[in-house]
Amino acid sequence: MLRFIVRRLLQLIPILLGLSILLFAWLRALPGGPAVAALGERATPAKIAAYNEAFGLNQPLWQQYLKFLGRAVRLNFGTSQTTGRPVTDEFLTRFPGTVELTVFAMVFAIGVGIPLGYLAARKHGTWIDSSSVIGSLLGVTIPVFFLAYLLRLIFAVQLGWLPGSGRQEVRLEATHITNFYVLDGLLTREWDASWDALLHLVLPGIALGTIPLAIIVRITRASVLDVANEDYVRTAQAKGLANNTVRRRHILRNALLPVSTTIGLQTGLLLSGAVLTETVFAFGGVGSTLRQAINTRDYALLQGFILILAIVYVLVNLLVDISYGLLDPRVRVK
Amino acid sequence: MTATVGNRRERIDALAARAGALPEGDGGVSLVKSAYRRLRRNPVAILGALIVVVFLLVALFAPWLAPKDPYAQSLLSEVRQGSIPGPRAGYPLGVDQLGRDLLSRLIYGARQSLLIGVVATVLGSFVGLVLGVLAGAFGGWVDTVIMRFVDILLSVPGLLMAISISVLLGQNQVSLMIAIAVTQIPVFARLLRGSMLVQRDRDYAVAAQALGVKRRKIVLSHVLPNSLSPVIVQATLSLATAIIEAAALSFLGLGDPDISRPEWGAMLASAQSVLSVRPQLAIYPALCIIVVALGFTLLGESLREALDPKFRR
Repeated sequence: MLRFIVRRLLQLIPILLGLSILLFAWLRALPGGPAVAALGERATPAKIAAYNEAFGLNQPLWQQYLKFLGRAVRLNFGTSQTTGRPVTDEFLTRFPGTVELTVFAMVFAIGVGIPLGYLAARKHGTWIDSSSVIGSLLGVTIPVFFLAYLLRLIFAVQLGWLPGSGRQEVRLEATHITNFYVLDGLLTREWDASWDALLHLVLPGIALGTIPLAIIVRITRASVLDVANEDYVRTAQAKGLANNTVRRRHILRNALLPVSTTIGLQTGLLLSGAVLTETVFAFGGVGSTLRQAINTRDYALLQGFILILAIVYVLVNLLVDISYGLLDPRVRVK
Repeated sequence: MTATVGNRRERIDALAARAGALPEGDGGVSLVKSAYRRLRRNPVAILGALIVVVFLLVALFAPWLAPKDPYAQSLLSEVRQGSIPGPRAGYPLGVDQLGRDLLSRLIYGARQSLLIGVVATVLGSFVGLVLGVLAGAFGGWVDTVIMRFVDILLSVPGLLMAISISVLLGQNQVSLMIAIAVTQIPVFARLLRGSMLVQRDRDYAVAAQALGVKRRKIVLSHVLPNSLSPVIVQATLSLATAIIEAAALSFLGLGDPDISRPEWGAMLASAQSVLSVRPQLAIYPALCIIVVALGFTLLGESLREALDPKFRR
């Protein structure tokens, strides 16, 4: 198992190197190059020349790349030109919100998706089955930001049941230690702050969780149907095991293998920035910050965020692979 | 086997392998014919195809079908803060916040949205195809280099990749298409490579080789045509994704800078500001996107079933 993990970690290196080259090239290919990216689009030629001199942008490209790589390894991506703060700091304050949102969305998707998919498979061919298939198709095709706006309009604006923007009521003046607002409330025993932060997660969480939910329902259903026809299930039934035992121990447990992969991949995808959902709910996580960076053409921030998010994505995928190796011994041998 | 994208890769490869494991004939009937026969008997496929054909026709004949000029702000004088005219004679769906006929804009919007989806998918699948063929046909270091490149592309989440590319290329329709196309390249490259690896060892390919047929000819006229079916399935499904993704990029302000041009994603995005006044302005374009995406998905899924030996009866 250890060799399996080490081998996979080593295989990350060429991918991350390639990615860093791509992003390095991306910043240089932008109109104006890195100087304009750092100084803004209204910089004077003299300022640009001074910047190029100071940051060694007159040197050969390969030397520049090595320097960029050296800084990137130390997670130094320069400063955001809109806030003036280091990009890495900006990321660290924003990321906890995105993590909270992702956790909420995935709990929703898994909690509803697996039972629904299982039910659809057990009632194969009935109206429950076909409506869950249609529902999961709709879930994948509905534009996320439209769903988010619709939820916000109905439940926040018109009914007023749930908060429709931000991460927490400002006038609570909650103390923040970790920037995980729900957790902060628990740590400081400000229960109302924690509860309020949780309520703020509901609508964006549901909007964000819809696509993973639809996919989980589909995969669970297909996988349960697949496994139910396996020889070992027939054997278990033939030797007279109770139906419930067969379902729980033989069908469900094996059927959840592909589902666990899907869950991992979707989590990675959500963590990498719920740009659309966060924008609609002005959520203040990584995603809405990215959106602002697009509007203000804050290239340093875009470059840094995209590289960090890609690393997060790649690492989550690695975790998924490793956990798959733990769950299914056959994978390790290959 | 590379760690990061292992699972996505395996899934794509499994798809390729499955479609590649087809028996050559179905009791003397060619694959295409038998697949077509099964498609025709499948109501889901017919529904999907019907949706796609209807929207394609609407897009093609938009100038004749649209009752009004989609750019004319004919009812602008009646649009007020907090009130936008609903349906009335000549304006079956009402007008948008600038007094333009909604139905006509939806009809013309089919043109833009389908055009973006089709061009992006054709471009993405073509580049993916070329990479896949090169990797599958040459093997060795060519294969390694191409597949490492594809792995790097796969390591960036699709929307982030599309955002970076549109920012780089500037805000216009062409860069929107290219951005979406690039996100689709890796899937097609892997799919075709996997499919070709399966076909390359089949008897007919080995036989052609034994007869002394040149490698180029074997690849282009024997292996490639037989490897295409999973690609066609994927392209149909990708069309749905491309249209949804185009809407998302429009929403983020990376779409067509000419905001008066009717396009579903842009219409949906601009309607958000008047959502509480007249939600229909967002709901109708959203429905168009959902229905078209559904059409392509249904068609793609039933194509997959028709071409998959597991579902053969």
